[in-house]
Amino acid sequence: MEALGQAFLAVWGALGFDVDLMARYGPRLLSGLGVTLEIVALAAPLGCALAIPLAVCRLEGGPIARNLALGFSTFFRGTPLLAQTFLVYYGAGQFRSAFETIGLWWLVRDAFWCVILTFTLNTAAYQSEIIRGGVRALPAGQREAASALGLGPFALYARVLLPQALIGGLRPLGNELVLLVKASSIASAVTVFDLLGATRYVYGRTLDFSVYLWAALLYLALVEIIRRAVNAIERRAGRRFAAVS
Amino acid sequence: MENLPTLLSFGAAGWGDELLAGVGVTLALALATLPLGLGLGLAVTLAKASRRRSLRAFGEAYTTVFRGLPELLTIVVVYYGGQILLNAALARIAPGTSVQIGGFAAGVAALALVFGAFASEAMLGALHGLPRGQMEAAAALGLPPSTAFRLVALPQLWRLALPGLSNCWLVLLKDTSLVSVIALTDLMRQTTVAAGATKQPFIFYLVACLAYLALSLLSGRVSDWLQRRADRGMATAGR
Repeated sequence: MEALGQAFLAVWGALGFDVDLMARYGPRLLSGLGVTLEIVALAAPLGCALAIPLAVCRLEGGPIARNLALGFSTFFRGTPLLAQTFLVYYGAGQFRSAFETIGLWWLVRDAFWCVILTFTLNTAAYQSEIIRGGVRALPAGQREAASALGLGPFALYARVLLPQALIGGLRPLGNELVLLVKASSIASAVTVFDLLGATRYVYGRTLDFSVYLWAALLYLALVEIIRRAVNAIERRAGRRFAAVS
Repeated sequence: MENLPTLLSFGAAGWGDELLAGVGVTLALALATLPLGLGLGLAVTLAKASRRRSLRAFGEAYTTVFRGLPELLTIVVVYYGGQILLNAALARIAPGTSVQIGGFAAGVAALALVFGAFASEAMLGALHGLPRGQMEAAAALGLPPSTAFRLVALPQLWRLALPGLSNCWLVLLKDTSLVSVIALTDLMRQTTVAAGATKQPFIFYLVACLAYLALSLLSGRVSDWLQRRADRGMATAGR
């Protein structure tokens, strides 16, 4: 690992970049990248787990459940993520004793977990719309066939509707993942040292503007990798799908 | 919580007028960005649909960069980087002088760059949705290309791109909150000030969220109206 780092720095210097700067602050940027990945890797699946019941509420729920899910989705999609993050991070402090009573103070005290909580709720709202749209796009025959086979409501969703809706919604879900990567930079506004947070820290120390450009390249690479991965998965899923139908 | 009316009242005691001024700055920022972003989006769309390979490559590169970068990073880079670039340029022309870019100008520039990237995707889709026969018919009528584009293509482009552009506008409206990180007293910044001074962050951030929500819902109404106007005389399968 050490040798690898030295080799990297040698190439870095040969390309005419500032070796000293990279040796001192490169690890910081990398750990920032790690935090960014951590945020996305936690919030995206948690959001999906929350999005599925929300979408089902919208599709099958009574007036109360439907409107609650609609209100949730309207609020989180209609307001800036920055405002939501501040609402949770700073707002929670006002209810410290209440949170201590229910044993959740550790969660909202820590900026990182506040960010995870907010981003999960936010992406759940967007993902639930995608899943709902995916289910509604399925032909009515799917539902009828499932009930002819005697599937109950749970099996109908778990075995028939949701798998197809998720495959149909792969592209928008991939776009949502890209949006989440970009949005994760908002964590830096509440003292989390994600990639942008680390970059701002290094810039503050060195006043070397090029760190921003390195951060930009890292973000672009991350987004491009996700885009290509989603395209590849979609092609594979599409092939399997086409073979079935 | 019981003093909510006082907290949000106008005048010296309450924060209502400060918040409203913040809403004004937020709206001004979004409205100032819109024409610039639309123009940029149209230019990038035409570049991407161009026959010249270099223009196409430029359009694609532009879209990839500004769609892929976090908006917050773009704003910070434009704010600080623009300052450095401008002063470096100035130092060559007139040594010894320096300028300061305001938060508003930097915010508009950064948001317009992002808006242009997303809008160009919506417009490109609309451009592909335009039947070929339209421009051919315009040419057959003897309209010069620029007139044909202005009178035949553009109005239809507008109608087809409007749903996508409405989405871009909603994203823009929310993205304006990010400009509060570079010293601009928009709604978000005013809210932070009020929350800090009163020690009531929950109420103030909630009020700010509701204000953004109201702007979003209002925007939805306006874009519905614009879409109905643009759809005049068109028979559509939907609705």
